[in-house]
Amino acid sequence: MMNERFICLWFRYLLTDWLTLKRPELKEVPFVFAASVHNRVVVTAANSLAEAEGAWKGMALADAKAIAKSLEVVPHIEGQEEKLLKALGEWCIRYTPQVAVDLPDGLIMDISGCAHLWGGERGYLKEIVTRLISKGYHVRGALADTAGAAWAIAHFGQVKPIIEPGGQAEALLDLPPAALRLEPSVLDRLHKLGFYTIKSFIGTKRSALRRRFGPDFLLRMDQALGDEDEPLTLLQPLEPYVERLPCLEPIRTRAGIGIAIRTLLECLCERLYRDGKGMLLVVLRCYRLDGEIMQIQIGSSRASSHVARLYQLFELKIELIRPGLGIELFTLEAPKTGDAEVEQEYLWQPEGCGLEDKGLAALLDTLANKIGADKIHRYLPQERHWPEKSLKLASSLSELPATSWREDRPRPSLLLPNPVRIQVSSILPDNPPMLFTYKGIRHVVKKADDAERIERPWWEDKGQHRDYYVVEDEEGRRYWIFRSGHYDDERSGWYLHGFFA
Amino acid sequence: MEAKLDILEKLRADLRLWEGYKPLEAARAERIGLGEIEDAFPQKVFPRKAIHEFITVEPEHAAASAGFIAGILKALLTQGGACLWISMSRTFFPPALIAFNVAPERVIFIDVKEEKEVLWVMEQALKCGGLAAVIAEVKEINIIQSRRLQLATESSKVTGFLLRNDPKKLGSNTCAARWKISPLPSMLEDELPGVGFPRWQVDLLRVRNGNPGSWKLEWVEDTFRPVVEKEEAVVRRITGHYA
Repeated sequence: MMNERFICLWFRYLLTDWLTLKRPELKEVPFVFAASVHNRVVVTAANSLAEAEGAWKGMALADAKAIAKSLEVVPHIEGQEEKLLKALGEWCIRYTPQVAVDLPDGLIMDISGCAHLWGGERGYLKEIVTRLISKGYHVRGALADTAGAAWAIAHFGQVKPIIEPGGQAEALLDLPPAALRLEPSVLDRLHKLGFYTIKSFIGTKRSALRRRFGPDFLLRMDQALGDEDEPLTLLQPLEPYVERLPCLEPIRTRAGIGIAIRTLLECLCERLYRDGKGMLLVVLRCYRLDGEIMQIQIGSSRASSHVARLYQLFELKIELIRPGLGIELFTLEAPKTGDAEVEQEYLWQPEGCGLEDKGLAALLDTLANKIGADKIHRYLPQERHWPEKSLKLASSLSELPATSWREDRPRPSLLLPNPVRIQVSSILPDNPPMLFTYKGIRHVVKKADDAERIERPWWEDKGQHRDYYVVEDEEGRRYWIFRSGHYDDERSGWYLHGFFA
Repeated sequence: MEAKLDILEKLRADLRLWEGYKPLEAARAERIGLGEIEDAFPQKVFPRKAIHEFITVEPEHAAASAGFIAGILKALLTQGGACLWISMSRTFFPPALIAFNVAPERVIFIDVKEEKEVLWVMEQALKCGGLAAVIAEVKEINIIQSRRLQLATESSKVTGFLLRNDPKKLGSNTCAARWKISPLPSMLEDELPGVGFPRWQVDLLRVRNGNPGSWKLEWVEDTFRPVVEKEEAVVRRITGHYA
């Protein structure tokens, strides 16, 4: 299990910052938002200048006005905080997919496994906070193992914003009880009892705390310490691409399984199509009556949400499912999806032929699912002279050569995987042999091209270089032979490596 | 009587059409540069919707056939198409295609384990209109299997090439043509030293509705060129020299 990490962002002057952005003339003016509550007009938010003059959130407006003479009053906008936080949260999805709104003035983000992309937690947090500050918001951020601890540090922390894994209990000790997100009535009681910091009560017996402060108090404490899970209500819930099909009667026939697959594919493809995605890998699980789970999967070389094509691929594998006494539940999952490619371009393909052709992609998928994707090869040039290494496998159908093929020297039509030793006679330095014997047949060399020396890459091994010759015998058969090593070296030998057209 | 002959000729033409041969006018434009060899086929055009069989007993024959097919592929792939090469133990070396002006990355190799998979893959591939050609190395093929392949190629326009590497099992089948390509000594002009352009003895052993024959060809500057016999060449060179 990966270590979970959370960030809490606290927008201390959320509403007033927002209004200042909208109306820059308010920047130098102390102002408050006010709304009438129970026949009383109350301050609902104050900017930093108003707070400096003594006007606080929760005060009666009349009192605030008495203290701060030049106070501007703006009517409160219902639901504005939530709207703002949602917008900010959506902006933050660039940093992590799991962002939750923490009303009235914060965001909580599950950043497990995200920070390394920004070069570590320090850089990550700094990036988020500075970007938000540069937008014009007062923000405090903190990072810890639990959402509760991150919240506490963001609101009350004095020492450092990042709490290392497992350090939340210690970091919380010196903070006031309010850092635990407790009810105001509970906080009042704690205050009256003289509990000004968390450490003053954290060691008390749980049963005593429960009796006095209620179960919510313990829950909040456990959530901050990491003993209890805290579910976040995510802005964009992560819905896995899974569809389920329970069956009233257990399914035992091939036709029945086929219908189930088709139904599930239609639902899943519909969803994927709406999201502009296609499946790269699809897994079908069949839950049998006897508790066994049968599983088959198909892969597609292009992200696809085409029901008929995917069904064709499944059809090849239906026979692998042993229904036993019957299947009571089918699930279809697409664990790997990709952005679907635009179908438009195929219309412009002349002759409908080529590597980009959809028919070809479908053919290769069929082949890959029947005989295995490892049996399909396509080659691209590689800037290496050693013949066996002058080509590399292409990773996809659309990959283009990064370098051009060498054209200066001819290459044989057939290349033996392992060069075969040949007996030679009448050798001269810097010349191919006049005569050689391959598989018991003597070949008299009539014509030959100049040597092509191919060195081994020195960084790979210290083997000998090869001097290649294109030779033609008296009957016109053309071969690629080479001498390994120098002419006068006793370790040198002659090999046949290929056949020319 | 004449009317009967007309009907007969019409029926023959229909039959050729059904067998995958194009009518004369349409076909002319689609010659693939094999010169007079193409005259051996019905309608005087290399049949594309057909299976061509190559006898490749020795690796030297296989290499020559691969070169010859690469030359044909150059004509078939002009539209930027792709082709499939299916085999069990492949020794074909993709960079060889460059000499025939075919981009090796346009060839997809399928390396299977069993003979029956080769034929299954070939049949699937021949049905795929996205390909220009399918080449397969097989040992055995019976009349039913070859008929299936022929039917598959007729529904698309994919040309099929079979490389037969076991001569003992050459039975009868429904391939449109049976070829044998053997290497011939190359000749550089003006007796220069070194190995010259690839040169082959092309034997068309069997042609459906056509005339078998033998030719000498070489591959020069991206085209097939009939080999001019030595004496002629010498005479021409001498006369040219003195003219």
